[in-house]
Amino acid sequence: MMFASFLLGRLNFDAFKHPVVTEGAAVGMVVGALLTLALVTYFRKWPYLWREWLTTTNHKKIGVMYLIVSTLMLLRGGSDALMMRTQQATSVGSSHGVLSADTFQQVVSAHGTIMIFFVGMGFMFALINLILPLQLGARDVAFPFMNATSFWLFTSGMLLVNLSLVVGDFSTAGWLAYPPLSELQYSPSSGVDYWIWSLQIAGIGSLMSGINFITTILRMRAPGMKLMQMPLFAWSVLGSMSLVAFAFPILTVTLALLALDRTIGTHFFTAGGGANAMMYVNLIWAWGHPEVYILVLPAFGIFSEIVPTFSRKRLFGYTSMVAAIWGIVFLSFTVWLHHFFTMGAGADVNAFFGIATMIIAIPTGVKIFNWLFTMYQGKIRFTSPMIYFMGFVFLFTMGGVTGVMLAVPAIDFQVHNSLFLVAHFHTMIVSGVLFGYFAGLTYWFPKAFGFKLNEALGKAAAYCWIIGFALAFGPLYILGLMGATRRLDHYDASTGWHPLFLVAGFGALVISCGVALQILQIIYSVLTRSWHRDLTGDPWNGRTLEWATASPPPFYNFAVLPLVRERDDFWASKQLAKPSNVQPKYEPFLELKSTGAPIIIAGFAFVFGFGIIWHIWWLVAVGFVGIIATLIARTGNDDAERVVSVAEIKKVEAEIVARMEHV
Amino acid sequence: MSELAETAVLHEERRHSDDKTMFGFWTYIMTDCVLFASLFATYAVLHNNTFGGPSGRTLFSLPYVLVETLALLTSSFTCGLAVLAAQRGFKKQVLFWFALTALLGLVFLGMELHEFHDFVAQGASWRRSGFLSAFFTLVGTHGAHITAGLIWMITMMTQVARRGLTRGTLRRLQLLGLFWHFLDIVWIFIFTIVYLQGVSL
Amino acid sequence: MRGSRRKLILLLLPVVVLVVVAVWYLSRTNIPVMEPAGQIGAKERNLIWMGVGLSVLVVIPVYVMTIAIALKYNERNHRTKKIQYSPDWDRSRLFEGLWWGIPIVIIGILSVITWCSSHSLDPYRPLDATVRPVTLEVVALDWKWLFIYPQQNVASVNMLEVPENTPINFDITSDTVMNSFWIPQLGSQIYAMPGMSTQLHLEANKLGTFAGSSANISGVGFAHMTFTTKSVSAADFNKWLAHAHASQHSLDTASYNQLAQPTIGHAVTYYSSVQPGLYNELVVKYMTPAQQGQVQLQ
Repeated sequence: MMFASFLLGRLNFDAFKHPVVTEGAAVGMVVGALLTLALVTYFRKWPYLWREWLTTTNHKKIGVMYLIVSTLMLLRGGSDALMMRTQQATSVGSSHGVLSADTFQQVVSAHGTIMIFFVGMGFMFALINLILPLQLGARDVAFPFMNATSFWLFTSGMLLVNLSLVVGDFSTAGWLAYPPLSELQYSPSSGVDYWIWSLQIAGIGSLMSGINFITTILRMRAPGMKLMQMPLFAWSVLGSMSLVAFAFPILTVTLALLALDRTIGTHFFTAGGGANAMMYVNLIWAWGHPEVYILVLPAFGIFSEIVPTFSRKRLFGYTSMVAAIWGIVFLSFTVWLHHFFTMGAGADVNAFFGIATMIIAIPTGVKIFNWLFTMYQGKIRFTSPMIYFMGFVFLFTMGGVTGVMLAVPAIDFQVHNSLFLVAHFHTMIVSGVLFGYFAGLTYWFPKAFGFKLNEALGKAAAYCWIIGFALAFGPLYILGLMGATRRLDHYDASTGWHPLFLVAGFGALVISCGVALQILQIIYSVLTRSWHRDLTGDPWNGRTLEWATASPPPFYNFAVLPLVRERDDFWASKQLAKPSNVQPKYEPFLELKSTGAPIIIAGFAFVFGFGIIWHIWWLVAVGFVGIIATLIARTGNDDAERVVSVAEIKKVEAEIVARMEHV
Repeated sequence: MSELAETAVLHEERRHSDDKTMFGFWTYIMTDCVLFASLFATYAVLHNNTFGGPSGRTLFSLPYVLVETLALLTSSFTCGLAVLAAQRGFKKQVLFWFALTALLGLVFLGMELHEFHDFVAQGASWRRSGFLSAFFTLVGTHGAHITAGLIWMITMMTQVARRGLTRGTLRRLQLLGLFWHFLDIVWIFIFTIVYLQGVSL
Repeated sequence: MRGSRRKLILLLLPVVVLVVVAVWYLSRTNIPVMEPAGQIGAKERNLIWMGVGLSVLVVIPVYVMTIAIALKYNERNHRTKKIQYSPDWDRSRLFEGLWWGIPIVIIGILSVITWCSSHSLDPYRPLDATVRPVTLEVVALDWKWLFIYPQQNVASVNMLEVPENTPINFDITSDTVMNSFWIPQLGSQIYAMPGMSTQLHLEANKLGTFAGSSANISGVGFAHMTFTTKSVSAADFNKWLAHAHASQHSLDTASYNQLAQPTIGHAVTYYSSVQPGLYNELVVKYMTPAQQGQVQLQ
């Protein structure tokens, strides 16, 4: 018995017993994973996978891997959303729906966690990885090794969240796990520990990415590119990553303190013991509010690229746009208290934070008007990224307006924690963040993969998303005013909420159609890729440097680093249109070799996390020592780089030319 | 392109790469500052929540902590000498000064652990109160950083002993020096805010 | 142009139909927050309408501008007729000044409203009263609400009965995890937290029965943490008190500890007397180490 508890900690057979719904999902996931592994083995793709992907340090491949993981997580988080909608559409009066209260609360918590950390952050890092170095005219990010480590830590966190479906359960304390509910006393199972450690591991990856991209932008721009000549996407990433650098350490601390409470019995946020649970709420929002802007700023940046390109016009009010980004970055740290006006702080404090919150609407509004004036007197092509942009303008304006309403403390007292609030932040995050990323993915897809996505399916998907969103979340605004609070697994028939929940459920189905169309779009476009290959490297008549190289770009991005003289330099050079016959002067450069260390470190981190969650201390030690040993071994490797010679560059360039002529 | 020109180009790139690493490390230090700031804020909120348990006034012994502090401050000085020696290329001096730094670091860490052990033996463990939770976590996080620094230092000493002062080791030594000085500064804050104020309040 | 106009009508038609259906549906639905029964709720409802009004001022111009620009500068139109195209026009002091300036003015106005309403509707501010206010001590438990009437020396579970047109001074705490105390038709909600006592001042200005609930997730029985609020005449309130006083239960340490055990869907219960100082004991027990003979730390 002693030995078993040493060997397995608190893990036992009960951890594998689940309700039917969870069991189904778990079996499906495990079978899917095994099938994938079997297929890879059958086709003997392991060496290829290991060499080209699992050990890569190239930012474009890392971007693609982020994209794959986030897409899978979008499906997971989306299924959670569908289950929630199903439950709330059916669990009324004497009927108790399809999920138990416990399962429902797990689903709610998982949905929020996954959508923010593994879909939002994932798509964001996918796009930054794919495009940022290209836009800056750089060969890679500042620290490619750290970049790969960030990605694999992100994946480790993702695996832990999903493992909770199979072994044990997930947190039932909501996506931000407020104590004391999330403390051991009230949530004794391993669920909250899964939440803590998956976020901690992924979060440290994000923090490293933040440092990485800040350095990339400030130290790796193409020769001649001044800060005020950078594309707006790069500016927004700089803003977003600065927020990561300042906010994520707070998350690290907050999670660590909660973990200490749960694991070694400290009193930070417990009920009693001289602890202060409200401190958790302050800390988590001191990270949580900036987090929203971490996600939305890059989406703003994407719109600032898409609108000028598809309007064939320079971005209106560049300086205003940059100022607005930094205004938002600064203000985002001054508003966290608006998440808990109802805590009983004094009127002065509430009023201060309410007003600070409203002020953010000013720079955000300026951005909207600048985009609209970029379109004004332009030649607008309504491609699917532009459809997303239009959906964004309509919905985001609504969301902004309800946000200003919520910023008035006296209004917040009546709608706080109600579905009105849920509808508000989904409006911001779906239309602001997701639509932005979808637009960006469609826009940059040909750059990353060498062929365009099918436009008809893309537009249909966009319309489904926009209409579905209005149907799914419009009713929630009303439901909030009707007194419906968030995270209810059941409600009384006398409330009169049922019809609106049914409409919301229908809206969720329409969004699902949108997702199905997106999947169809990708499959169809891959199958018919020979019809719409991008041979020019510039399929949309773009303005920024990423379009100046081939699609997909060679591993070094640019054979000769471009010399930048002005904003939208690539567009300007196209207007001059003087074909140069001068043979480019190639120079050798250094490239980081592939390395297995990042995936090994992340593997140990996974083991470490799993050990702590289940109190298997020897496993914790293995994971910890493993990470340290791998790092030490890595720093001892002075042979990490290789020289890419002029001859090799010439060879790759010749292949690109041949590829274009061949097709 | 001639071989000579090629080497020049690569040399320039390597120099730029060192510059990048330095910049990135400074950014990391800044994030670590935010981390410590959060812990200090936590301590500030909880430092009166003794929940009937002992307070800093009854627990802390200033002379003891002063010795601890002096050990760490001296180690920062010797660490500076080590980095200076590295820049001049004196391998043996580097090893000597780093050995001294590591020794002083160990003294500091040992004293801290002894203090912790002492508190726990008195029934003042991190489970006792919010104040003690915050104390152990803040001081302990600094201690964990020191431990990481020591592991790093020993790794670097082995590398220097085996390979000498190459471009790679030199760069890492500089980062290590920066890290060690940073921990020193954090400790000064801990000394002032936790110990000095804890005793006087 | 004609093509896109037809498209626009096709797009707008379902939207208009939807809005009409929604308005028709909502007009015959009870929306508690918008149909308040107390002065605080009424003021907050007015603020919401004001918010909606100001929003319309912002939203309508943005929508009209967006649609107009999108229709006019569509690439297709450039082929058929002469439309201004200025690819390099990227700044204008006037326009940028306008959209920095106008929002600043709007937010400025809203800030004044926010400042004033935050103070006048501060949950901690006692209401002006001509009659003696009723004091109520509210304790959130797993998963039910305990209401203690210290002046009347009675208590009830999941049933809050208050006299009409009388200010009610709530003291709110929790003897479990954090909850939020919310009666939408009366107004403001506020958190119920262990070891802390928050205040709320409300008044029912209409007779009626209103739903109340916890707005913050608190565990497996959270959805069932609902209670009934009844606003009654002074005479009926006294009758209710007499009824409660007739209850055979009394609330002392033992029966409280019994009550504090987790239950879902706890029946309405009355207590004819309450141990003096119970509420304070519940708050204080989280702030100091346990002593003998106290209510148990849950």
